[in-house]
Amino acid sequence: MTKAELIEEVAGKVKGLTKRQTEIIINAILDGVKETLARGDKIEIRGFGSFRLRNRRTREGRNPKTGMTVQVPAKHVPFFKAGKELKELVDR
Amino acid sequence: MRKADIANEVYEKVGIPKKDASDILELMLDSIKAVLQKGETVKIAGFGNFVVRHKRARKGRNPKTGEEIGITPRKVVTFRPSQVFKRYVNDAQLEEKPAVAEETVEGVDAP
Repeated sequence: MTKAELIEEVAGKVKGLTKRQTEIIINAILDGVKETLARGDKIEIRGFGSFRLRNRRTREGRNPKTGMTVQVPAKHVPFFKAGKELKELVDR
Repeated sequence: MRKADIANEVYEKVGIPKKDASDILELMLDSIKAVLQKGETVKIAGFGNFVVRHKRARKGRNPKTGEEIGITPRKVVTFRPSQVFKRYVNDAQLEEKPAVAEETVEGVDAP
């Protein structure tokens, strides 16, 4: 399923809501998730899962072309953990 | 942040009633769940992909007792954030840190 298909499906379930309106709302939801994580907060949605940031430490990497050692800087990575209900649903 | 907080953010961003925002969020999550249940991938451009991965059977150990146990094959959901998402969380964090002097490029002669 793509984002366009998701928008279409949700729009089809709500009376009086156009695809364009649905798209704006879904974008606002997704942006809200991104902004929350960027602030360093986490999100927990019952039955679905949680989003938070994980930290990656600085590490030594190598340039595969030249073989030169480089420092890969520490960074944050968005991380999703499936909730109980979703886990069970998928594993069935 | 919980579901109600997200609904509130949507209300502030686009001005639709919180109840409607909450209902649409719910429908969206239901759609995603239904697709994952079928074992299919959900690709959300600019956000990331939810992928169902198949795990093989393996031997595990109870970390408390050291007892060996068989772990049955299973399906799990993983989320692969998009490049945009990954960049976004790192850039936003950087803005709060004090500016660091940029390192000089080697080979540039002093005037």
